[in-house]
Amino acid sequence: MRIRAQVAMVMNLDKCIGCHTCSVTCKQTWTNREGTEYVWFNNVETKPGIGYPKHYEDQDRWKGGWKLDTKGRLVLRGGGRAKRLSRIFANPDLPAIDDYYEPATFDKDILVNAPAGLKDTPVKQPYSKLTGEPMSIEWGANWEDSLGGDSGKDDPNFRNMVEKVTFEFEKTFMFHLPRICEHCLNPACVSACPSGAMYKREEDGIVLVDQDRCRGWRMCVSACPYKKVYVNHATGKAEKCTLCFPRIEAGQPTICSETCVGRLRYLGILWYDEEAVLAAASVPEEELLDAQRAVFLDPFDPDVQRAAREAGHPEEWIEAAKASPVWKLISEYRIALPLHPEYRTLPMVWYVPPLSPVLDAAGAAGRDDTNADDIFHTIDDLRIPVAYLASLFTAGDTAAAGGVLMKLAAMRAYMRARTLDGTVAQELLDGIGMTGAQVEAMYRLLAIAKYDERYVIPAAHRGQAAALEELGGCSLDGEGGPGMGGGGRVPVTIASRRNP
Amino acid sequence: MSTLVWIVLPYACLAVFVAGHVWRWRHDQFGWTTHTSQLLENRLLRLGSPLFHLGAFGVIGGHAMGLLVPASWTAAAGVSEHTYHLVSVTGGTITGVMLVAGLALLIARRFVSGRIRRVTTTMDRILYAAMAAMVVLGMSGTVVINLLGDGYDYRETLAVWFRGIFWLRPDPALMSDAPLVFQLHAIGGFLFLALWPFTRLVHVWSAPLAYLWRPYVVYRGRRTPAPAAQPAPAAVRKVVTPSS
Repeated sequence: MRIRAQVAMVMNLDKCIGCHTCSVTCKQTWTNREGTEYVWFNNVETKPGIGYPKHYEDQDRWKGGWKLDTKGRLVLRGGGRAKRLSRIFANPDLPAIDDYYEPATFDKDILVNAPAGLKDTPVKQPYSKLTGEPMSIEWGANWEDSLGGDSGKDDPNFRNMVEKVTFEFEKTFMFHLPRICEHCLNPACVSACPSGAMYKREEDGIVLVDQDRCRGWRMCVSACPYKKVYVNHATGKAEKCTLCFPRIEAGQPTICSETCVGRLRYLGILWYDEEAVLAAASVPEEELLDAQRAVFLDPFDPDVQRAAREAGHPEEWIEAAKASPVWKLISEYRIALPLHPEYRTLPMVWYVPPLSPVLDAAGAAGRDDTNADDIFHTIDDLRIPVAYLASLFTAGDTAAAGGVLMKLAAMRAYMRARTLDGTVAQELLDGIGMTGAQVEAMYRLLAIAKYDERYVIPAAHRGQAAALEELGGCSLDGEGGPGMGGGGRVPVTIASRRNP
Repeated sequence: MSTLVWIVLPYACLAVFVAGHVWRWRHDQFGWTTHTSQLLENRLLRLGSPLFHLGAFGVIGGHAMGLLVPASWTAAAGVSEHTYHLVSVTGGTITGVMLVAGLALLIARRFVSGRIRRVTTTMDRILYAAMAAMVVLGMSGTVVINLLGDGYDYRETLAVWFRGIFWLRPDPALMSDAPLVFQLHAIGGFLFLALWPFTRLVHVWSAPLAYLWRPYVVYRGRRTPAPAAQPAPAAVRKVVTPSS
């Protein structure tokens, strides 16, 4: 066993209202620069929808992630090492800028400087940030917001579903899905990087791009099935979500978590066994979810704690792992699920699937969501939403997805009975195999957990990185960092680039 | 004059080539990249880039064969002059045409696509112009003189002079009677080498062959135990330039 720590995230999708605050604060922090105009390390998409970039989940087209070859060995979907190198001159699996969107800006001066007494109201015209020419905006990172447009029916997740989700207003099933880099245990981007510039940090599992060693081969962009590695077209280097490592090192949550209005994000550490990763990524599809859960080590197990100590992990980390909300949601309550486990990258941002849209559909069907039998039957009957969630979170296993929804529904009904009637709905607890204390703790974590319960980021770094806490700006602005503004050396290749 | 052009210039260019790479490697790792623009334009690149790169491999291989292998060696190996000529002209023409076509497509996309035009740097323009000049001179040597014309046996003259540079015994007399096209191509070649370290061509030296045997997932520890204290927020904020 080789024990490692991973800073992981869980998002409770029931609480996401799709306000995009996470996206905006992330963009202000990391990607408000030339060359990254189209880049959203954090984006919020509406599901069902084709997402950002368009159809990113369609791996037949983009060849992201891993697959098992005919002999059952784990291989990159984009091909082996030699095949990938042979395509280095023109990568056939690279999304074009139009698959994201053409970034635009507006000439607002015209509104301010227009003379008085004009017959027509002055309007601001969008200009392309790529060409500087006037353009019409036809797509964006959240173009499908709240099922806008009709692209949602092309969602790649419908491909394996017999019945299709209807998009009629009164039957709408939708929810928001915030996405960042998954900081996978078996990252395809790292594995596809020809230069070896991408790496997984030994201390906390954060996946980063070494800006000094990236040579712009752009294989990471194709290999990432979540399309969360981006090419900065000004620097010619790959960039990605850093899990706000300067903040994590200082014991602070990521910017997206910190500013989340719905308080739906949880951050904590997990112990995992690095030597078990490859085997867990190589099991048949129907076993993937359980195999991924089995890679995580129980922070309360004395053997695990001893192994962590022997591996040199500080005592604070061992304590933090025990208090980790992520461990609770993934392994103790088992209500968090990984996004597309079938990509076999072992993603480390997990999701509590949304119950509300399911219950809305149940309410429309005239069900009673306080009755245990009715709840469980309702979820059984709601094949379309459950199958859709299964295609997102359980590699198509509707029983696993339905099981999580039943726990969430039972928790609501149990808490309602307890607070309103003062009764204990034992049949609900029996139905989901949890104790009353567990359900109440789960309810507390999901509904009212405070800042320090939602973000348990070990303080071990704090001694070293106390200086970072009052940083104020982006540490990557420094020498060689993607912030680049730092007044240091100016790269030769971009020195003479004409400014728009 | 002949000493200047055929002795001083090559050594000066080689010195710039070496020193330029050392400087660039040590001071500009962040700028050391292919500077890919496939994200912005894919249609022309998909055809042009493989043509260009594969053609360039062939052309570089051909130059190595023609310049570095003495005629006496191939003769000793039993390769007749006629066979050698046939192989070199055919190979040179095919790979040369690939290179020309690829380069033409790559240059065309710099003009055709507004997005690409916008990210083209001055150094890119210089590089494309230099490359186009070299290719035109080289192709006119191969096609006009050696394929269609009377032919010029560069192996007994130009190649001997070229190898002499590395033995520190370059003989300028060998070059003085060469056809003008070959003279210009040789001079241009050395100037091109001097330009190399300051362009995106440095990515050639980062050809990722090590990828073929390294483990898939790379783990790396934080190299520095504690990040250094940063300047006060006011000083940091100053360098953030609003995008236009």
